[in-house]
Amino acid sequence: MGALIDNADLVWKAFTMTLWLSLSAGVLSLIWGVILAGFRVSPIGPLRTFGSAYVTVFRNTPLTLLFLFLLVGAPPLLGIQVALGEAMAITAMTLYTATFVCEVVRSGVNSVGVGQAEAARSIGLTFFQTLGQIILPQAFRSVIPPLINVYIAHVKNTSVAAGFAVFELTSAAKRISNLNPADVVAIFAGIGICYLLITIPMGLSSQRIERKVAIAR
Amino acid sequence: MSNDNAVLYDKPGPKAKARDRLFTIVFTIVFAALAAWVVYTAYGRDIFNDRWSVLWDPAKGQTAFDVWVTSILISGIWGTLKPVIIAIPIALVLALILTILRQSPVWIARVPARVATEIFRGIPVLLVMYFGVIALEIDPLWAVVLGLVAYNMAVVAEILRAGIAALPSGQKEAGLSIGLSPLQTMLQIQLPQAVRIMLPALISQIVVLLKDSSLGFIIGYSDLLKTGKDNYNFFGEPTTVVFILIISVVYILINMSVSRLATYIEGRMRTKSKTVAGLGGGPTVQAPGGNVSNMSQVGLGSTQTSTVKAKKDKGEGHKHKGKHKGI
Repeated sequence: MGALIDNADLVWKAFTMTLWLSLSAGVLSLIWGVILAGFRVSPIGPLRTFGSAYVTVFRNTPLTLLFLFLLVGAPPLLGIQVALGEAMAITAMTLYTATFVCEVVRSGVNSVGVGQAEAARSIGLTFFQTLGQIILPQAFRSVIPPLINVYIAHVKNTSVAAGFAVFELTSAAKRISNLNPADVVAIFAGIGICYLLITIPMGLSSQRIERKVAIAR
Repeated sequence: MSNDNAVLYDKPGPKAKARDRLFTIVFTIVFAALAAWVVYTAYGRDIFNDRWSVLWDPAKGQTAFDVWVTSILISGIWGTLKPVIIAIPIALVLALILTILRQSPVWIARVPARVATEIFRGIPVLLVMYFGVIALEIDPLWAVVLGLVAYNMAVVAEILRAGIAALPSGQKEAGLSIGLSPLQTMLQIQLPQAVRIMLPALISQIVVLLKDSSLGFIIGYSDLLKTGKDNYNFFGEPTTVVFILIISVVYILINMSVSRLATYIEGRMRTKSKTVAGLGGGPTVQAPGGNVSNMSQVGLGSTQTSTVKAKKDKGEGHKHKGKHKGI
């Protein structure tokens, strides 16, 4: 454990980077995912087609490939150059996690009783009013536990950025163990605990919320 | 498509139809324009020049056979499939052991199994792979296998546990009452049914495995991504786009067919094998499957409805879920 304590500043820097990636890409993917879910339940054909095509493509693409595509494929093909490092990590993870957010939100929308939407429509609310004021607030309750599970996976996925020039926890494990070959096992255990510090509370809160929601239903 | 959206809006009348038609036209034009713009600007960067000929008439004394079969198929696709094929049986066996231990009445067996499951679900696969390469100094192939096994044994153990929990308690009681030991009951009565119920979730987990195997690229294992990179390094910078696109298409096709398989099996189970479904109390038997798979499966079929049923019919829904179900 000595090596980790000696390099506490590096570990702290890496830990905050993992948190920062998780949060920034998390917020962006939440926004983009909800928009995509809106596309997928909308009455307009082309939007639905776009939504399902997007989800099919990005859900079946490994995150590593997405990073590699942004690095070498996007500049010649789309003329889009994302700076290697944080910006690329946030972009790739937003595009990727949004598909899972979209699917969770969409199944949440479908979980709200038909009568709710019928009642909303019968009092004359429009599609957007029905969605925004009646369906989504109810859908969010059943969506939150699976959404937390999506974000647990999201936090762990930030480790992929280690392969693309971002200094986060996994890169820290690599660098510190290169400097201290004798302490490798302790270093990896310590970094593993850092991840568990984020993911286990998330898992517990998801269980707790699910229990609450289950009673309410 | 339209029937599961029917909740949100009425059957359109003449006005709404006209409005939807207008929007459909507008958005079709917008998307078509966007696509056209992408193609046009790509054309401006000379994307459609002779760089594509690398696929049928490659330079540097190579043949199309070398590119497609020797490189992409044998080295690339096989490189990606190999750790997955090795990892699946190992992960299944370890998951079975973990599941049995977790159901054990003895805490000294139960608690370590629980802790192992929680730990390996909570840390990134890539960290475990790096651990294999740096700390254990094993070959990258085995480091990839290690990472895949560590994570997936925990996830599969969770899936199986959810399947067992979904069985009516009469199954276990009947097994015990005819004189089987708890272990025999588990192995001969509960697990076979649990595996069957959770088959769709287990198959969609293969997609996660396939995607996670690409992490091997980062630790220096030679998989499909690495093959693509080797190819564009060899044939020169202009072919980068070509190989990146080929690799993406291959990944998407493989993963889509596995997802389709899962959906197909799930659909077949629901329609044909009423016996298994009957055991778990009607359609709810799909519930944990819906829950576990709702991150990779939901969009493909009717899984979302079973997820809902799971929550409604089973108050203990929180017990059955693939918590860290991988993205």
